[in-house]
Amino acid sequence: MGPVLLRDPARGKPECMMEGALPEAAGAEVSPTEVSAPADLTPEESLAGRQIALIDLLDRLLNGGAVLAGDVVLSIADVDLVHINLRAVIRSITPDGPAPW
Amino acid sequence: MTSHPQGDEATAAAPRQPLGLPPEQRESAPPSSSYVYAIGRAGAGLDTAAPRLTGLRDGRVRTASADGLTALVSSVPADAFSEEGMKAQLENLTELEEIARTHHTVVEAAHTGTTVLPMRLATVYLDDARVRSMLRERGAEFDALLSRLEGHAELGVKVYADPRAAAADPAPASDGPEPADPPVSPGRAYLQQRRAQRRTQRDAYRAAGAVADEVRGRAAALARDRVAHRPQQGELAAGAGENIANEAYLVPTDRLREFHQAVTGLADGVPGVRIEVTGPWAPYSFATPPAESRSA
Repeated sequence: MGPVLLRDPARGKPECMMEGALPEAAGAEVSPTEVSAPADLTPEESLAGRQIALIDLLDRLLNGGAVLAGDVVLSIADVDLVHINLRAVIRSITPDGPAPW
Repeated sequence: MTSHPQGDEATAAAPRQPLGLPPEQRESAPPSSSYVYAIGRAGAGLDTAAPRLTGLRDGRVRTASADGLTALVSSVPADAFSEEGMKAQLENLTELEEIARTHHTVVEAAHTGTTVLPMRLATVYLDDARVRSMLRERGAEFDALLSRLEGHAELGVKVYADPRAAAADPAPASDGPEPADPPVSPGRAYLQQRRAQRRTQRDAYRAAGAVADEVRGRAAALARDRVAHRPQQGELAAGAGENIANEAYLVPTDRLREFHQAVTGLADGVPGVRIEVTGPWAPYSFATPPAESRSA
């Protein structure tokens, strides 16, 4: 599976909006102000209330996080931020598992 | 009721419903899967957080528990979150961003109240029963990870080399001014300028490397663990200059401020070098067993 080109290779404008111009995370009922920052940091030092850069989030969500052998798991091996390599691998359902949808 | 001619048939043909759905969603819901956001210890923290959260596709977040562990899950359409469906979604940056931000919102809300193990993006099970059996199978491992993460948060530290900022800095270059013979030809002036630029660039990268080393040294004393991410580049890397170090540190929550202060000042007065600290984050970069998390 080759790299998935998300942006213009000529380094033109990104095809989608960057932070600030995006709709709020879908359905997020808890506003940043409700999420209290750890008391140890001042508001300036904390991310709370600020829009988090997508790139920092993707570093963590695509490279970090616990990896489970889910019934459907995308194994996203690597992210190069011009070409996002999304290697989708379905983990087969265990033999005694129920039939898929 | 009994007069309903298609009652039995409809029941027989109905798709298998995931367990644990709220009663109002059990009827006429399309086939759905269970998307897992995070795992924590069973208890009031996650039980309180879950009903206040909305997950992907406006699904309600609920808990699935087994053996003292609780997963935060929500129902997602099975077709959109099959292998092919998810691949299509994640290849679209707008949809990828929506999934990532929603996932993060749920994790973040849970993280503020209790210790959680965040899942990697797009962890999907057929239903809650499968989530519970996963909790049972890997319970010991999750328990050990949660114990390790308890009382910690993640801080990100990025070091940038920015030669243009260095060039704009009025401070004289380290080698001193070029000897300027009074009548400077345009060609010679150009070459001098190019040399100065190259020197500025080289100096900025060297200085950034030295600052990054210093960050690691200072951080090691305050952090419990470190993970190196790949330096950020490309269109999404919005910061000025070039990212030469992109690291995550697992820091005790009562030392976050100390860590922040120890690290942020290390580039002060160093032309062409910038430090950016992000977080505190839920411990995404430390959610895998240590052996696996050492990516660099």
